[in-house]
Amino acid sequence: MSVSPEIIVVGAGIVGAACALDLTREGLRTTVIEEGAPGAGTTAAAMGHIVVMDDSEAQFALTRYSQILWDELRGELPLNVEFENCGTIWVAADDEEMAEVRRKADYYQERGVRAEILSPASLREAEPHLRPGLAGGLLVQGDGVLYPPCAAAFLLHRAQELGAKVLLGKKVTNVGKGAVRLADGSALKANIVINATGQLAPRLTPGLNIRPRKGHLVITDRYPGTVRHQLVELGYLKSAHSLSSDSVAFNVQPRKTGQLLIGSSRQYGDENRAVDANILSRMLRRAFEYVPGLKGISGTRVWAGFRPATPDKLPLIGPAASDPSIYIAAGHEGLGITTSLGTARLVTAQILGQRPAIPMEPYLPTREMAVEHHNA
Amino acid sequence: MSDTRQFAFGVVVIGGGPAGIAAAIAAAESGARVALLDDNPRPGGQIWRGGPGAVHRADAGSWFERLERSAVTKIYGARVFSAGDGFVEAESDEAVLRVNYRSLVLATGARERFLPFPGWTLPNVMGAGGLQALVKSGLPIEGKRVIVAGTGPLLLAVGAYMKEHGAKVLCICEQTTWTKFMGFGLRMTLLPGKIREALQLKVQIRGIPYRTNCWPVSATGSDRLESVRISDGGEIREIECDYLACGFHLVPNLELPRLIGCRVEGDFVQVDEMQRTSVANVYCAGEPTGIGGLDLSLAEGRIAGHAAAGNEDAARKLGPRRASYRKVVPLMAEAFRLRSELKRLARADTLVCRCEDVPFERMKNFDSWRAAKLQTRCGMGPCQGRVCGPATEFLFGWRVDSARPPVFAVKCSSLAEMAVGAGESRQ
Amino acid sequence: MRDSAAREVTVRVNGRPVSVPAGASVAVAVLLAGRTCRTSVTGEARAPLCGMGTCFECRVTINGEAQRRSCQTLCQPDMEISAHE
Repeated sequence: MSVSPEIIVVGAGIVGAACALDLTREGLRTTVIEEGAPGAGTTAAAMGHIVVMDDSEAQFALTRYSQILWDELRGELPLNVEFENCGTIWVAADDEEMAEVRRKADYYQERGVRAEILSPASLREAEPHLRPGLAGGLLVQGDGVLYPPCAAAFLLHRAQELGAKVLLGKKVTNVGKGAVRLADGSALKANIVINATGQLAPRLTPGLNIRPRKGHLVITDRYPGTVRHQLVELGYLKSAHSLSSDSVAFNVQPRKTGQLLIGSSRQYGDENRAVDANILSRMLRRAFEYVPGLKGISGTRVWAGFRPATPDKLPLIGPAASDPSIYIAAGHEGLGITTSLGTARLVTAQILGQRPAIPMEPYLPTREMAVEHHNA
Repeated sequence: MSDTRQFAFGVVVIGGGPAGIAAAIAAAESGARVALLDDNPRPGGQIWRGGPGAVHRADAGSWFERLERSAVTKIYGARVFSAGDGFVEAESDEAVLRVNYRSLVLATGARERFLPFPGWTLPNVMGAGGLQALVKSGLPIEGKRVIVAGTGPLLLAVGAYMKEHGAKVLCICEQTTWTKFMGFGLRMTLLPGKIREALQLKVQIRGIPYRTNCWPVSATGSDRLESVRISDGGEIREIECDYLACGFHLVPNLELPRLIGCRVEGDFVQVDEMQRTSVANVYCAGEPTGIGGLDLSLAEGRIAGHAAAGNEDAARKLGPRRASYRKVVPLMAEAFRLRSELKRLARADTLVCRCEDVPFERMKNFDSWRAAKLQTRCGMGPCQGRVCGPATEFLFGWRVDSARPPVFAVKCSSLAEMAVGAGESRQ
Repeated sequence: MRDSAAREVTVRVNGRPVSVPAGASVAVAVLLAGRTCRTSVTGEARAPLCGMGTCFECRVTINGEAQRRSCQTLCQPDMEISAHE
C-alpha cells in the first residue's frame, strides 16, 4: 500500500457522501461511484430526522455522537437542506406510556441530553392539533429534521471541493482484491473499498446480514403551524415495529416548508416498490387517531422505500469478514440520515488506525448478532 | 368524511369532454350500464365548458341534450386519483367513490403547455384556454384589453370568444410561421365541415391583428400584469394590457393512462382501430391518443364507447370518419411545433416550477427530471409537475414518465381509503 | 344558449361581501373582489393560470379549509373565502 491509499466509496447516498467528505478532509484520495443520482435511493425515501434514540446503549452512542456532528455542521448547511431544530415530542397515550416517558427522560438526562416531561396541558399547548385525552409526552429539544437528498448532495459537493472524485451513472458489479469492477467492463484500482450501498450492500459483499424493510410516507401540501415538533407515538416501542411482522406507528414531521411528512410503516418480505394501499391506510388511520385534523388536509404524494435493516438494529461499520480491504458502511435502517456523520467518522478512524470518539465494537460487521431476522 | 361508496358499471368513462360524452352516449346506446366521471362541476371538458358566462356552440348543445336524455349515470366533481385492476377511485366532496368497471374508457383530455418567460407568474397572465375558462365561469371581460399569445388553433378560438364577450383583443401572437400556419389551414379545409368552420372563425376574429412569427418575451406589472413585450417579426414591442392569455398548444393528460399501465409511445397512448389500449378492457379516446381536435375526439369517443360496450360493428362503421380526422394529428404537430427561440425566454431568475418557486438557473444543470426533482423540488408541489413537466421536456429534453397514486393531490382521508391493488400496473 | 345568470350569489372574500352570478366559480369571486388567490412559497401573489384544476395556482381557503382549488369550486351563498392579503 502506498502512503496515501486509493479509496473508492461505492454509493452516494447520505452515508457514502458523508464517508467521502470525512475521508477527503483527512487528506485521503477518495473516489465516489454512484449508479444513479446522489441521494436518490433510500436517502430520498427517508424522513430526514436528526434524532437521539435509546433502543440500546450502542444506538444511543451513535445517534448522540452523530447529532453533535450535525450541530457542528449546522452553520454551513445551505438553505435547501432545510435543517430545522424542531425537537421531538414522544407522545404518551396512557399511564403505561407515561411511565416510559419518565424512564426515557431519566435516561437522556443522565447522559446529558436535554429532555422535558410534558403534562397533558403542556402537551396541548405545544401541539394544539393533537387529540384531547393524551397522557403527556417527552420533548427532546435537540432533535431536528432536514431534507435528505439535498443534505447528501451538499456533503458530496463539499467532498468534491476538497478533491474527491465523483463518478455518476456507473454501476459497480464487483469489489475486492484491490479493484472495483464496473458494469462497462472497466476496473478501477482501489486499496480500500467502502461499500455504502445501503440495502443493496449484500450484492457487493455477499453474506452481509442486511435486509430491505419497506416503509411508506405521505407528504402534504403546506399547512404551516399545524404541527410544530416531530411527533412520535411511544407505542412505537411496545406495540408497533416488532421485528417480525408488518407494523405502523404514528410519526409526523413539520417540514421547514410548512408541509407535513406522515409516517411510518415497516414491512419485511415485500420487495415491490409500489405503494401498498393496505399498510398505507393503516398508517394514515394511526396518524388520524393522534391528529384528527390530518384527515382533511391535502396529500400531495405517497411513496415507498426500503430501509437497510439488520437483526440488532445497529449498522455495519468496519472491515468485512471476507476481505479486510472492504469496509462496510451500511445497514442503518431508519436512522441513516442521523448516523451518517458518525458512521463516516468511525470508518475514517478505522482506516487511519485512530481511536474513534465512541467505541466501534458494537457496529463491527464481524460482531455476533444476538437476534436473527424473522421471516415475514 | 372518510367513507367509501362502491359502484359497479359495465362501462366507466373518465372525462366529460367531447370524447367522454360521445363515448358515454355510444356505450349507453349499445346497451351498457354507463357511468361518466369528471373532475369539473359541469360536463363539457375544456372546449365545451359551461358556466354563467358560457355560450354553447350549437354542436355542443345537441350533445348535452343527448347526454341528458341518455341513461348514463353522471358523476361530476369527482377527481380520479387512483386505479387498480377493474376499478378507479375518485374523490368527491362527500366521499371516496370506488367505481368498478368491466370496460373503462379514458377520455382524460389535454391541458395547455405553458412555457416560462419573465413575468409569467404575474396575476392576470393566464393560459389561453385558462382565461376562456375563467370567463365562462363568470369573469367579466367586457372592455378589458387582452393579448392572446402562444401557439395552436386554440388561440383563434379564444380571441374570437373574448371579442364576442366585449373584450378589446389587441393582438393574437402566434409563434409559428405564416407559411406553416397557412399550410395547416389549407390542408384542414379539405376535411368535411372544416371550410365553414374556418370561414366562421375568420368573420369572428375580423378586426383582431393576427401576427405569426410573434411571441411574448416578457410580462411586467407591479402587483399584476400591466404590459407585455412581444417579439413581432424580429422587433420587440411593448403593449399595455389587462390580460395575457398565453398557451403553447396542448399536452395530453397521461397520468391516469400511465398509472393503469397503458402503453405510451412518443407522447401518446397507443390504441388500435377499436381505441383499445395495451391493457385489456381499457380504451382511450380523444387528445391522449393524439392532439387532433374536436371532430377526432368525437369520432374516437363514439368508437371507444361502442367497442367498450361490446358493439364492435357500430364502432367499425365509424372507422373511416376517424381515419379522415386522424390526418389532423401530424399536421397540427408540425404546424405548431415550438421554435427554439422559446427556449431562451426564461432568464436565470425566471421561475420554472411555480408550485415550489424553482428558478431556471437552479434547474438547468441537471441531466434528468428525477435528479432535478430531488435536488430542487421542481415538480414536487401539488400540481405534481403538470405545469413544469411539459415545460422542462421542451427546455431541457427531460422525460416525465412515471405515475403512481395519487395521480391528483387528494385529502389524506381519501388516501386512507385507497383499495388494495391500487396503482399496480397491469402492463 | 346562455346558462341562467339572472340570480346572484353573495360570498365574502377576506371579509368583504362580493356578489357573483349564480354558478360562478370561487376563482371569479376572488378576482372580482380585486384579490389574487394564493401566496407562493417565496411570497408572490398568484392568480389562476390554467382555469381547469390542474395548475393549483388558484388555491384559497374556503370555509376554513385551506388549499382548495377555487377554479373547480362553485360559489355557494355565504361562503367565507380567504385569499392572498
